[in-house]
Amino acid sequence: MTEENHVLSLLVDNEPGVLSRIVGLFSGRGFNIESLCVAETTEPGISRITIVTKANTPVVEQIKKQLNKLINILKVYELTGQDFVQREMALIKVTAKPEHRAEILRIVDIFRCKVVDVGQEHYTIEVTGDQGKLAAIISLLKPLGIKEIAKTGIIALFREPK
Amino acid sequence: MKLTGAQILMKVFQEEGVDTLFGYPGGAVVDIYDELARTDIRHILVRHEQGGVHAADGYARASGKVGVCLVTSGPGATNTVTGIASAYMDSIPIVVITGQVPTHLIGNDAFQEVDIVGITRPCTKHNYLVKNIDDLARILREAFFLARSGRPGPVLVDIPKDIARATAGYKFPKAVKMPSYNPTYNPNMHQLQKVVKLVQDARRPMIFAGGGVILSKSAPELTEFARKTRIPVTTSLMGLGAFPGSDPLWLGMLGMHGTYRANMSTSACDLLIAIGVRFDDRVTGKTDAFAAQSKIVHIDIDPTSIRKNIPVTIPVVGDCKITLGHLNRLIDALDLGELDDRRREWLDTIAAWKSTQPLAYQQGETIKPQFVIEKLYELTRDRETIITTEVGQNQMWAAQYYHFEKPGHFITSGGLGVMGFGLPAAIGAQTACPDSLVVDVAGDGSIQMNIQEMATAVQYGLPVKVVILNNRYLGMVRQWQELFYECRYACTSMEHAPDFVKLAEAYGAVGLRAEKPEEVEAVLREGLFSPRTVIMDFRVQQTECVYPMVPAGAPITEMLLV
Ligand SMILES: Cc1ncc(C[n+]2csc(CCOP(=O)(O)OP(=O)(O)O)c2C)c(N)n1
Ligand SMILES: [Mg+2]
Repeated sequence: MTEENHVLSLLVDNEPGVLSRIVGLFSGRGFNIESLCVAETTEPGISRITIVTKANTPVVEQIKKQLNKLINILKVYELTGQDFVQREMALIKVTAKPEHRAEILRIVDIFRCKVVDVGQEHYTIEVTGDQGKLAAIISLLKPLGIKEIAKTGIIALFREPK
Repeated sequence: MKLTGAQILMKVFQEEGVDTLFGYPGGAVVDIYDELARTDIRHILVRHEQGGVHAADGYARASGKVGVCLVTSGPGATNTVTGIASAYMDSIPIVVITGQVPTHLIGNDAFQEVDIVGITRPCTKHNYLVKNIDDLARILREAFFLARSGRPGPVLVDIPKDIARATAGYKFPKAVKMPSYNPTYNPNMHQLQKVVKLVQDARRPMIFAGGGVILSKSAPELTEFARKTRIPVTTSLMGLGAFPGSDPLWLGMLGMHGTYRANMSTSACDLLIAIGVRFDDRVTGKTDAFAAQSKIVHIDIDPTSIRKNIPVTIPVVGDCKITLGHLNRLIDALDLGELDDRRREWLDTIAAWKSTQPLAYQQGETIKPQFVIEKLYELTRDRETIITTEVGQNQMWAAQYYHFEKPGHFITSGGLGVMGFGLPAAIGAQTACPDSLVVDVAGDGSIQMNIQEMATAVQYGLPVKVVILNNRYLGMVRQWQELFYECRYACTSMEHAPDFVKLAEAYGAVGLRAEKPEEVEAVLREGLFSPRTVIMDFRVQQTECVYPMVPAGAPITEMLLV
């Protein structure tokens, strides 16, 4: 069976150890994590965790059941297969030789991102979008020399019915 | 009125009906022990914390209540890990209280500090570090609730020393509010209608029951269901006793050392109703070949057990007792027709398997371990007898040759297979059931893993009987070496062992020995009827193997037979 990326969104008690329970579950049972994002929601004491995991269908079912079984997890939603929006942000530090600066700025403009830090030798670019957009800009910047990159991992929410 | 943490702990114990604790003191729990000594809760001082957890496990299984173990921080806590992992695999409701260094020292590598919550996260149902005295009562209440509800399991509560000494107002939290924890007890009736339809249509149905039936106390409902539908029953190791061993519908145990007929039936059936099981690899063998011709119904309270190892036709998430109750009512409303006729062919086939390949062994000059168990059964079948086991061949022979009529009478470390489980578990069971005869069927290797608990048994006048099937080998491993490693017996000889008779005497217990078959019965009689703690050392045939045996990973029909 083919393995595909699945986006899971969890609401959890914001208690020490919760993240470790989740990560331990994945490593202990041989599930994999492509990315993971955690932050508080507006409700006190409750955090949202977005996990992207690569697995086949029966394994995703098992992952969801195992997550549900953890005591501190309030809700487990699978977004994949449903209508949802997803975003990821990246900070890309790219080598900015004088002869390349114009091109970098053109790319920044086309992708509607921002230069958030400028130095003698580099630009740091902030880009937000879905994974396709991030992959595209990275592939364009790569030949110019990416010094460092930091990505947030995916966050996602269901779309509400219009 | 304000109470200290230690006093709150005692209050909760009393509210939860805890009358017995298994434990071992140390610096981080002196305050708790100081308070404990002022209550009338019975404390059994074990000789090793691992023994304490297994004893709580045995106590829980024999009593149906939550078993409780109390230990100190650091080494006391780490010593509990094996016991906790075993209880986790077997879904046994226990609460383990560990002391911890004072909160201001946590994270400093303080003396006897260990992150026991981190260590036991993957082998507890849930665990807690209490950081605020105001949370203590709630956490303890939740711990007991979690341990016994849904799919039961071990819960650990780590209490820092300063929390045990701090004070807070106390009110027993009557209701437990845990929005994220909602086990599904009531099955989907729509699914049950489908199950009933399958039962109606099946020509070769069979039931496979497991520990879940025992944990949910649904053996009577299972027996009613099987008898009224005339469906033969097999169980996992953990399910022994869920169905009466004397019933004509009983097939014997399933799996690696299951009976020929149980394994053959599973491969030939057209409907397998699995109840309270998790399809362990020791049961299924090669999963693709398991019940390959059959529709499978799987009833379990834990959704993760369903479709984890085996694809199923109809999943039913629910409590076994409630679910079987519904199924029985649904069946009552139905006309199943002339069941005897409909089942004749299937039951005849099974009977033929039983007569061609019964469980068997050959008598000889030396004592056969199977013979000891048969005699043990004969001599104790009319008494209220609880059998615990160690791990290895001894465990399998006990499972095969002792016959269990009722649940809660066979106590074994099934999922984790912990050598050293049987003696402390017997101590726990004997504490719960002072009037029962409690026998630990042991191997010479395993018994040495928690032998120190003999002192506990003698100190508290617990007349536990240890039956050692002494083959001077780590027999089960030796069996694998004989069968699959061309008799290369690497490191499995146990010739260097203590004299178990003298050892028993050194502990203040009775030691007996049998070296010839004709001595077996007399030794058993003397030992089993003694009012004291007894070790019986049976010098058995060294190279006996457990049969049938399915090589690991093979289909369960590919059995090596005697
Ligand atoms: C704590 C632990 N260590 C190792 C094993 C692996 N093991 C399984 S059975 C067995 C041999 C047990 O020997 P003994 O208690 O003499 O029982 P026998 O098989 O001879 O009846 C061993 C070493 C285990 N199950 N548990
Ligand atoms: Mg042995």
